[in-house]
Amino acid sequence: MANTLFDKIWDSHVVNLIEGGPSQLYIDRHYCHEVTSPQAFDGLRQRGLQVFRKDKTICSPDHNIPTLNQDKPIADPISRNQVETLTRNANEFGLTLFGLGHRKNGIIHVIGPENGLTLPGQTIVCGDSHTSTHGAFGAVAFGIGTSEVEMVLASQCILQPKPKTMRINVNGKLRDGVTAKDIALYIIAKMTTGGATGYFVEYAGDTIRNLSMEERMTVCNLSIEMGARGGMIAPDETTFAYVEGREYAPKGAEWEKALAYWKTLKSDDDAVFDKEINFDAADIEPRITFGTNPGMGIGISEAIPAPDPNDEAGKISYQKSLDYMGFSVGEKLEGHPIDYVFLGSCTNGRIEDFRAFASIVKGKKKADNVTAWLVPGSWMVDEQIKAEGIDKILAEAGFELRQPGCSACLAMNEDKVPAGKLAVSTSNRNFEGRQGPGARTILAGPLVAAASAITGRLTDPRKL
Amino acid sequence: MKEKFTTITSTCVPLPMENVDTDQIIPARFLKATSREGFGENLFRDWRYDKDGNPVKDFVLNDPTYSGCVLVAGKNFGSGSSREHAAWAIADYGFRVVVSSFFADIHKNNELNNFVLPVVVTEDFLAELFESIANDPKTEVKVDLPSQTITNLATGKSENFEINPYKKHCLAEGLDDIEFLLSKKADIEAYEAAK
Repeated sequence: MANTLFDKIWDSHVVNLIEGGPSQLYIDRHYCHEVTSPQAFDGLRQRGLQVFRKDKTICSPDHNIPTLNQDKPIADPISRNQVETLTRNANEFGLTLFGLGHRKNGIIHVIGPENGLTLPGQTIVCGDSHTSTHGAFGAVAFGIGTSEVEMVLASQCILQPKPKTMRINVNGKLRDGVTAKDIALYIIAKMTTGGATGYFVEYAGDTIRNLSMEERMTVCNLSIEMGARGGMIAPDETTFAYVEGREYAPKGAEWEKALAYWKTLKSDDDAVFDKEINFDAADIEPRITFGTNPGMGIGISEAIPAPDPNDEAGKISYQKSLDYMGFSVGEKLEGHPIDYVFLGSCTNGRIEDFRAFASIVKGKKKADNVTAWLVPGSWMVDEQIKAEGIDKILAEAGFELRQPGCSACLAMNEDKVPAGKLAVSTSNRNFEGRQGPGARTILAGPLVAAASAITGRLTDPRKL
Repeated sequence: MKEKFTTITSTCVPLPMENVDTDQIIPARFLKATSREGFGENLFRDWRYDKDGNPVKDFVLNDPTYSGCVLVAGKNFGSGSSREHAAWAIADYGFRVVVSSFFADIHKNNELNNFVLPVVVTEDFLAELFESIANDPKTEVKVDLPSQTITNLATGKSENFEINPYKKHCLAEGLDDIEFLLSKKADIEAYEAAK
């Protein structure tokens, strides 16, 4: 029988199929951060349980941590308590921890791949919806709740209904100035914010095939923003070349054995998906969002569209969203003054994103009206930025680097955009108050963010 | 062991917004607690209170006209972050049922794992229920888990809803998944050995 890539990995991890119910799914890799885990560890203590497979869970604090002065105690006592609680739990239960100050610390979805912990064919979970990032390696990776974190800690399994399958094909040559982020924002706008709910998505087509691993991670990362359970891309030579030699990746004979298996990981030619959708890369221009969910997006040269006139309930939510942003139907945003720029997050906090940003700002100066937060996704990214001299290019252009963490993506630390201010952000969500109470967010790729930081206005990087 | 879920008849709290994301249900800055309790007071925090912490009068949770343990929301409820804190906030506030025409996947699982029943209804049923509540805030719904039906008692309109038999059993008996998984240890070890 012909199978999809998703079916092959999912089915090979089913321990039990519960009659009329969910699958009992075995989990190969569990990533754990400080916000969604304390109650799960408490649950283990209350039940008198140990972690079932200690070597399969990796802990790293990322959501709460400050991006300045990480060598000093965290100023906010509640954040400090949550980070310290993760340290205590990792120590008590004997788990690997890349704690604050550790060379491998960083955003969990950045450090997993860069250390070779994320591998093709794995099932990967984390109490974080952007776990879909790891699908870039041809893994079945998805976000879970804290009760499910406890299940994984206790049994290395979770109970999950099997989602339907969708394939999204993108073919053709990308236009100049169009990044992986723009591809994803384009797809989400076409699909809408709930358009892939209930589905696991495989991205395919030559445009996707030609992306680097980091670009693939950006695309898969944003799968959840159209509601998808996860997104994945079949592993290929690009994947294998990225993984080979990384610290936790298999070595020697183990590598050869793994590679032989990974090469079987693709959808069969005659596999049938529950839904299949095609996009043309030539239709994509640099993207921005204008509303309060990632599906409310346009090309940077376009005007804000009118809502669907036949959707009465939808119109109310659409108007509420525009009211929050202070925009109106028919308005063009290109040239609109901005206040903040954020480069970072599990979506766009990798070395290629910093290279892209630097390529635009090199030899120019940051606009005086813009506050810019440039936050590497991990210390290893930070190291590479410095090794390549990108830090100097940024400094000459008036930008300073901060220390790694989730930062202004969800503003759990001090990096909050003030109420009413407009931020161009390379992160993943433009929800009301996401970057701070009353903050207004425009999502974009690193090139648009860089160009806008230079001019102080929302700027098409191709015109700078 | 949690309270067993059978049949609930209650007035409703209407939230006729679409795409209510989990950042609205509970903003990130309130996720710093290390226990499960107390999230209800910050449910819908930034819609419910102004920047000075005063209740926003026309927000539905602050309007004494509406009460009950059934939240009725527009489509695509619970999109975004996987934070289970959203389900804890809903449960802690006192809701036992959320009715919508469409739920985001992770949040739906989180509700079920906290013994809050997500009831998926048709767009027509939802529109009519919002209308009934607008006409009479004391409109009740009856949610019957054993027969998997929801009834708008103002109009008598009734619909079946889906829930997988395993989760239905868990809700009805007050059982959680961990107990089930722990009972399958031998199968898990056999799976690992065969890999």
